[in-house]
Order: sequence, then structure tokens, then C-alpha cells
Amino acid sequence: MAVIDAQGVYYKELNQQIHELINKGETYIKVINVNGQRYIGDGLPEGIKLELIGTPGNDLAAYMNGAEIIVRGNAQDGTANTMSAGTLVVHGKSGDVTGYAMRGGKVFIKGDVGYRVGIHMKEYKDMVPVMVVGGSAGSFFGEYMAGGRMIVLGLTGSSHLVGDYCGTGMHGGVIYLRGEVPEYKLGKEVRMEQLTDEDKNFVAAYVNEFASYFNYSAEEILDHKFTKLIPYNTRPYGKLYTHY
Amino acid sequence: MSLSMITPEFLIERNLERCIKCQVCVRQCANEAHRYDAETDTLSCDDLACVGCHRCVTLCPTKALTIRKFPLEFRTNANWTPDAIKAIYKQAETGGILLTGMGNDKPYPIYWDHLLLNASQVTNPSIDPLREPMEVKTFLGRKPEALEIKDGKLKTKLPPQLELDVPVMFSAMSFGSISLNAVKSLAAAAREAGTFFNTGEGGLHQDLYEYGENAIVQVASGRFGVHYEYLNAGAAIEIKIGQGAKPGIGGHLPGEKVGKEVSETRMIPEGSDALSPAPHHDIYSIEDLRQLIYSLKEATRYEKPVAVKIAAVHNVAAIASGIARAGADIITIDGFRGGTGATPLCTRDNVGIPIELALAAVDSRLRSESIRHQVSLVIAGSVRNSADVMKAIALGADAVYIGSAALLALGCHMCQKCYTGKCNWGIATQDPNLVKRLNPEIGARRAANLLRAWKHEIKEMLGGMGINALESLRGNRLMLRGVGLTEKELEILGVKAAGE
Repeated sequence: MAVIDAQGVYYKELNQQIHELINKGETYIKVINVNGQRYIGDGLPEGIKLELIGTPGNDLAAYMNGAEIIVRGNAQDGTANTMSAGTLVVHGKSGDVTGYAMRGGKVFIKGDVGYRVGIHMKEYKDMVPVMVVGGSAGSFFGEYMAGGRMIVLGLTGSSHLVGDYCGTGMHGGVIYLRGEVPEYKLGKEVRMEQLTDEDKNFVAAYVNEFASYFNYSAEEILDHKFTKLIPYNTRPYGKLYTHY
Repeated sequence: MSLSMITPEFLIERNLERCIKCQVCVRQCANEAHRYDAETDTLSCDDLACVGCHRCVTLCPTKALTIRKFPLEFRTNANWTPDAIKAIYKQAETGGILLTGMGNDKPYPIYWDHLLLNASQVTNPSIDPLREPMEVKTFLGRKPEALEIKDGKLKTKLPPQLELDVPVMFSAMSFGSISLNAVKSLAAAAREAGTFFNTGEGGLHQDLYEYGENAIVQVASGRFGVHYEYLNAGAAIEIKIGQGAKPGIGGHLPGEKVGKEVSETRMIPEGSDALSPAPHHDIYSIEDLRQLIYSLKEATRYEKPVAVKIAAVHNVAAIASGIARAGADIITIDGFRGGTGATPLCTRDNVGIPIELALAAVDSRLRSESIRHQVSLVIAGSVRNSADVMKAIALGADAVYIGSAALLALGCHMCQKCYTGKCNWGIATQDPNLVKRLNPEIGARRAANLLRAWKHEIKEMLGGMGINALESLRGNRLMLRGVGLTEKELEILGVKAAGE
């Protein structure tokens, strides 16, 4: 394991230091005193593990391609932007547009997440991105969601699970909520449904993994009613046009 | 069903003396405008289905077919034109947004045709490009403040550059909007001509990774097909903010066009709509744009130039200044005549500004702010011939993109029905039976021929001006004169009137 002290280091140099260590064959890098540096872990491949102590900046793990990142602190905006593969575990909150166009891999956030989280999330064959949010989510959760799975647990005591306009423009994927959401908060493209046995197994597997990272009891989390949100159809704008 | 008031646009005429009933026309028309009745052994036509693509006319072995405008006259009215009337009939029947293809076809001024190039006479003699070297090589990317040269060697480390043997690239056209054979044709032509093609926002098909050195990969709001390998496969990355055919609105590939191959490339399930909304939802400011630019630079380890493409809109100069300051290496500006596979008619024909004025305004603005060297300018949105290229470069462009012209080289006949997916020329379609009509080797040859011809013409015109390097024409507006333009237009274009 190599250790980098990020105190007062500009993001470009910090990321360069990380890349140089990886090029030399280092596979486990711990970065201490992280304080807002952007783009950490961008495009990192499988076999690399980063442990970040502090608060990484925007676009953490963007385009990440298989690496594992553990954040001991909060993450900021654009976390896991267009991430392809790998695992990100955040022992805190994460900001707006977390998981933008994420197309694979797993993201576990212990606390709350900001607005427009999971927007444009996509799936393709066995590439199915999964995000588990321990706390609650802001407005426009799952906007334009085209695939993937998101689970919101609401464990941080917030009065709401998700904000307004949840699933607006959603045309694929599934959102699982630990509890229910008032109808008025949902985008007009989504509907609430009961979980099937397959859904329950899926949720249980990811809640178990979530609980193992953050020292929760999976049984206690699962001992609760879950609902799922799915889109009415995959062609929300199918009849909008006429040929000139 | 209620009465339809929609009348044909074209009239199909068959010369029965010439027709040998071979039925080529029947087999070739994806719109089913020609029919054969085996019982009566007769051929009939459905004028309403004809889009005027000339496929049947071109392939008819006895030249028995003629297509002309349908001679149906409304009472003459300069305000309510037949197009305006028919548009209302269609919307009254369907309640839908009118969808169209290609670029703005309305008679707005074409400024290229009001600009004239200079030539040498007597003094400063012209140069014969056939016997003297002419340099048309172009480098796109951020240029340093100054160059340090020591012992004849360049010491300054240059930011990443794209090297073009001809200052013309193929515009962003996604696999999805056009066929794989069309993309292959352009990719191979770009490689042969020493230039670049642009993937559009549809990802890069596996068969095209071999052309990566000549590819500019696009990142748009939907992020279709964007992943680490894709970003690193191309020679440069282009962030698409907008395009000339539909400024301010997003793209939308209907589920019908998302077949197996498109689905693999875009990395979305077959048959699902591919929605690229108008904005990038992580970009609300120049600072946010900077964040995306630098996240892409980080993901590609600062080895590739990052371009930002915008539509030419009213405030384009200020926006371009912001983009340059956000760290883009190349700015692509697409004028209001830029083409597309599908766009709402209302937007295509009414939104944006001409590229000539936008280019002049942006170049002037960046110069006045002393940041012109920080970015290269690439323009698009209707460059029709080599003279347009020359005029664009004299106005300040580093290079141009061609889309419609490239597709015309492949066989497009400008019927503007790209959005139907029934392109009889195998270009704007995903129907395997239509796609195979375009042979990618022949397509590549035709597109490369076009660039070869233009390159020769550019050298001829440069030589005529007594200039032996394209760099000496770049932003050299003294080589242009305006005809039939107002004082204000001349001022914006930064050119003198002819005779001055």
C-alpha cells in the first residue's frame, strides 16, 4: 500500500501522483487529507483500490472502469459520472447528479444524496449499474432513467425518501424505495408497484452488501415494506411527431 | 377514417413505350411508390408515397421514369404558400410536431454567395500549384503563448494537436442516424485523406475501432456509448452542446431505429428510445462546462484535444469566449443551415444564425480578447464546395466540417426524409436490405474523391492569390470582398465591399 498526502496539492498533480504509482504497479493507494480535489479515480481500471480520507471533489470516479474506491468522508457533485464498472463506497453523503449516465458497477452511499441523482442511468445486457442510497434523495431522482437499479433506504431520519419529480422522463430500470412515496412526488412516466420475489432477492443481496460496508444490520433494514417504481413504457415520446 | 387533405408532392410519370416491366422500380422503392399487379401485368404508381429521391429514375434501365413536382396549384398567395397550407393540414390530422430532415431549406441569405475571393494580377504574382509546393496542412488544438526553439529544435511542449492533410472533416453523424456502411465509408475516406470523421453521439461500433486514429468521439447529454475505451479510442473528444439544425433542443433516436447493432453501440436495449435531452444536466454554467472538459482530459490523461460543439445562436461570440476560457482546445460552431437526421421543422427553419456571421463574430471576439490562439475554430452548417472552405478560412476558421456534402458524395439526393428510416440510398436507414445498397468501399472512394478534388481546388485558389500556405489565408479577410451586403453586414463580416 502507498500513501499520498493530498494536503494543499492541486488536483492535477494529485491525480498525476496516483497515476504514476499505478503505472509503477501499485494496486492499493491511500490518499489522506483529501480536500476537494476533483476527478479522483477517473477512468481507473480493475485491480486498483483507492482509499480516500477526507472530502474528494466533483467527478469522483467519473468514467471509472473497474477500480474500487472507498471514501471516508463525504463526496461532492458528479460522483460516478458515466461510470462503467467497479465499486464506490462513500461513508457519508454524495452531492448532485451522482451516477449521471452510469452504465455499470456499484455505488453505495451511506448518507443522503443531492438532486438529479441517477439521471440517464442506463443498462445493456449484463451491464446493470446499481446504486444504494442509505439516506434520502433530492428532487428529480432517476430522471430520464433508462436502465439500472437504484435503492433508497431512508436510514438518516429525513422526513422524505425522495424529493419531487421522482422518475420524470424515466423509460427503463427500476427504483426500489424502503417505504412509500406520495403520488404527487412521482413523474408522470412512472408507477408504483409491489415487489416480486425476484425483486426481494435482488434488494436483499444489495442491502446485505450495503450493511456490510457501513455496519448496519441487514435484517433490520429489510424488515420493512419496500415499493418499486417502474416506467409505464419504454417509449415515452413515441407519438409526439408527424412526418412533414 | 376522415378525409385526408394531403396531396402528393411529386408526380411519377412512366413512359409506357420505354417501360419493359422489369420491376426494378418496384423493388427499389422502400416507400412503395411503384406497384406491380401480376394479374393484369401492369405497373402503377402512388404519387403520394413518392419522396423524390430519384432512386427509381437512376436505376431504371430504359430511363422510362420521370419525377416532377406535382402540378397542383393553390390560388396564388405570397403569404399562404403551399408549404404553409400543407403543414396545417398535416398537423390538423395528427396533432404532432412536424418532423423533418437535413438542413434549413428556406431562402435566407447565403453569405458565402455574397463574398468573393481575391487573386493576384501583375504584382505579387500568382503561384502554379502543379509545379510549386503548396502547404494546406492544418493543426487543430490549443497553441502555446510562445515557441522556444533551441539548436533548431522545438523545446516548447505543444498541447495535443490534430493533424489534417486537408482542412475538411466529416461532421458528427451518429451510427443510428446513418447506416453502418455510411459511417464506414466516411471513416475509410477520412483515413485515406488524412482527416477525421466524427462519431456523433451514437458511440463507436466495434468495426470502427480500427479507424480510431481518424475518429473524433462525441460526448452528448445522453452519454450514449460513452465509456473509457470509447473515450480513449479516438484522436479527440467533442462535447456536443448543440447543433445547427436544432439549437436548444436535444436529440431523439426513436426505438424503431434501435436494432441489434445500434443497441450494441449505444449500449441500450433494442427497441428503446434513445433520448438526448437539450442540456447536459451537469452543465449550467461555463464553470460546469470546464468541469466536463477537464474530467474528459483527466480520463484521457491530457493526451487528446477536447472540442466543444455549439449551434450558432445570437450570442455566439460571448459563448465561444466562455468556451475558450473553460479550457476547450477546439470550438465547433454549427450554423443554422446544418443538417440532421431528424429535427422539428419549426426549429430547423427558424432558430439560429448563419454560420458566416457567427464565424466572423467569434473570430473577431477571440482576437479582441487575445485568446484566439487558445482554441482552434471549426465551422459547419453548410459548406457546399471548396470555395466555401476558402471563404470560411479567410473569415477565420481553422477547418470546416462537412455533413450534407459528404452524404451527397455517398449518393444522398436531398429528399429530406432521413427521419423515416427508409432511405433508398442506404444512408439514413437501418433496414439491412437498404443498408447493403451502399457499398462502403465505393462510398469511401467517392467521399475521398470529393476531398481530393477540393484539396486541388483549394491549392488552385491559393495559388491564384499568390499564397503558398493555407496558414497565410487564415483570418486574412483582406482576401475577401462583399457584394450586395449592407454596411452592417460588411462590418460584422469584417470585409470591405467589392471595389473598395
